[in-house]
Amino acid sequence: MNVTRQKKQGRGSFIVLIVLSALWLLPTVGLFITSLRAKGEAQTTGWWDVIFNPFSQNWDLSSYITVLTENKLATSFISSMAVTIPATILPLLFAAYAAFGFTFLSFRGREFFFSVIIGLLVVPLQGALVPVLKMFISITDKTGIEISGQYAAAWFVHSAFAMPLAIYILRNYMMTIPNTLIEAARMDGASNFTIFWRLVLPISVPALASFAIFQFLWVWNDYLIAFVFVGNERPVLTYTLLAMLGQYGEGWQAVAAGSFVSLSVPLLVFFTLQRYFVRGLTAGAVK
Amino acid sequence: MKDLLTALTAVVAGIAITAFVYWLMNKIVHLFPETIKKKVEPFIFIGPVLFLIGLFIVVPTIQSIRLSFMEEAIDGSTTFIGLQNFRDLFAEDYFPNMVVNNLMWIAIVPILTVSIGLAIAQFANNVGSRAEKIFKSIFFMPMTISFVSAAVIWRYIYAYAPEGQDQVGLLNTLWMKLGGNPQAWFQIEAFRFNNLLLMVILIWLSAGYAMVLLSAAIKSVPEDTLEAGRVDGANTGQIFFKIVLPQIWPTAIAVFITVLIGAMKVFDIVLAMTGGNYNTTVLAQTFYLEYFIYGNTGKAMAAVVILILAIVPVMFYQVRHYRKFEAAR
Repeated sequence: MNVTRQKKQGRGSFIVLIVLSALWLLPTVGLFITSLRAKGEAQTTGWWDVIFNPFSQNWDLSSYITVLTENKLATSFISSMAVTIPATILPLLFAAYAAFGFTFLSFRGREFFFSVIIGLLVVPLQGALVPVLKMFISITDKTGIEISGQYAAAWFVHSAFAMPLAIYILRNYMMTIPNTLIEAARMDGASNFTIFWRLVLPISVPALASFAIFQFLWVWNDYLIAFVFVGNERPVLTYTLLAMLGQYGEGWQAVAAGSFVSLSVPLLVFFTLQRYFVRGLTAGAVK
Repeated sequence: MKDLLTALTAVVAGIAITAFVYWLMNKIVHLFPETIKKKVEPFIFIGPVLFLIGLFIVVPTIQSIRLSFMEEAIDGSTTFIGLQNFRDLFAEDYFPNMVVNNLMWIAIVPILTVSIGLAIAQFANNVGSRAEKIFKSIFFMPMTISFVSAAVIWRYIYAYAPEGQDQVGLLNTLWMKLGGNPQAWFQIEAFRFNNLLLMVILIWLSAGYAMVLLSAAIKSVPEDTLEAGRVDGANTGQIFFKIVLPQIWPTAIAVFITVLIGAMKVFDIVLAMTGGNYNTTVLAQTFYLEYFIYGNTGKAMAAVVILILAIVPVMFYQVRHYRKFEAAR
């Protein structure tokens, strides 16, 4: 009897999930279909018409070609990459180093500093933006080195804001490394520097990967920091997309195609590296 | 392409330089006698990060708080004006609406997100493991979508054209099928309906996150506690509410807090959908508008300080929670 009840329960759950997941997918599917339609049709009929009579429809890729060339979305794509790749990789070493210190070394104020880092996990970005911007501008005034408006400005800010989460995830992971392993290496006369590079860093690769995926998506999808620190000279995808939203002349299908271009990378990351992403999330994503 | 090359160069050079600096510091610290070395060495590991965090997060945040009590002249000089910026902000027409909106976001979004995530996690637990994986991917996928892209996606749902013209918005089409007239959804301020429409987007984005964490918690509920319930004749609902839910409660709270913080800081969705018009503005949107569009540093900083003040209790909660967790391990 138990088995039949479970089966019945399974069938009920299945139906509920089918309905819910259809609802959840609907918006994205609509966007995708719209991006493949001809301009005139996308302006006059809803995308769901296509589902009922797919062959009456002029399918075309021209929206993608238009946005990539005329709207400079291809350039924005490169800009997004140029912001995201360093902002993902550069914080890793810093964070791993600090996480090692917090996990395996004892020093005065360890608990205090770590509590500060936990507290900073939730601090709003907006609180720091304006003074940091002013700092960059005053450095430029004094030395002539341009920082704001360059990719480097976004790398610095993203790296710094990534630190609390990165250290938290990495420390949680490093705490699972048996202490006897570290002690044994110390017995053999290895310095902390050697233990970090030879032992802890290689073991921590899965945690580093989890964090890197998380950070990659976060930076790729960010609008505010890119808007403030990189701005309109090198517009990233979110920036260009928001600008396109303001100009309806382009037509619905153009914005849809643009949106899909920017979605393509996160979706690719998601479908290929889902397991690591989920692991990073369960390891303490609180951003 | 040149930009991409710059970026890759920066990655290689950045890592090489950091590694070299750490190596150099390590060499230097080893020149000292053992007792000093032991004291200094930990700070080689955490020092650079403390410096980064101090320079880019802690000090600027304190400066923002200071700026909220200052008036800024065009040349950048500041004079202390007490609480005037806050008074100016409170006097804005949008202020009371903004407070109500923010409160609505934090009252509605976290609870619905956790409930929906929990429901999906529980249902997904009943179907076979292959189906479960596929369903989970579907609910989780929006997590990877940027707020701006999400706004584009949902514009297709909420789109409006005046009566008699072609409707391309899904919601309006459904509404007209039911016999209604086309509605400009974002302009419906009654019961803050337009705010609710924006909240739907954040719930859509974050339910998957709640689902993943709650599903992991549900799976770790010991089977024998469920079996004991069944033996005692508890029905499915009783088993869920009396046995499963109490055991996953800590996870539910943790997810709730995370979504709560997200709802407090909500910005991109409002910016991209309504720009804060039609009484949909929120604190973070006000900061953006006052600083970057109107150039009112004082009022913008006052808005930021309110946002920080709102988050401080959550911050203390997190630290305390972490301490307890740490003591238990």
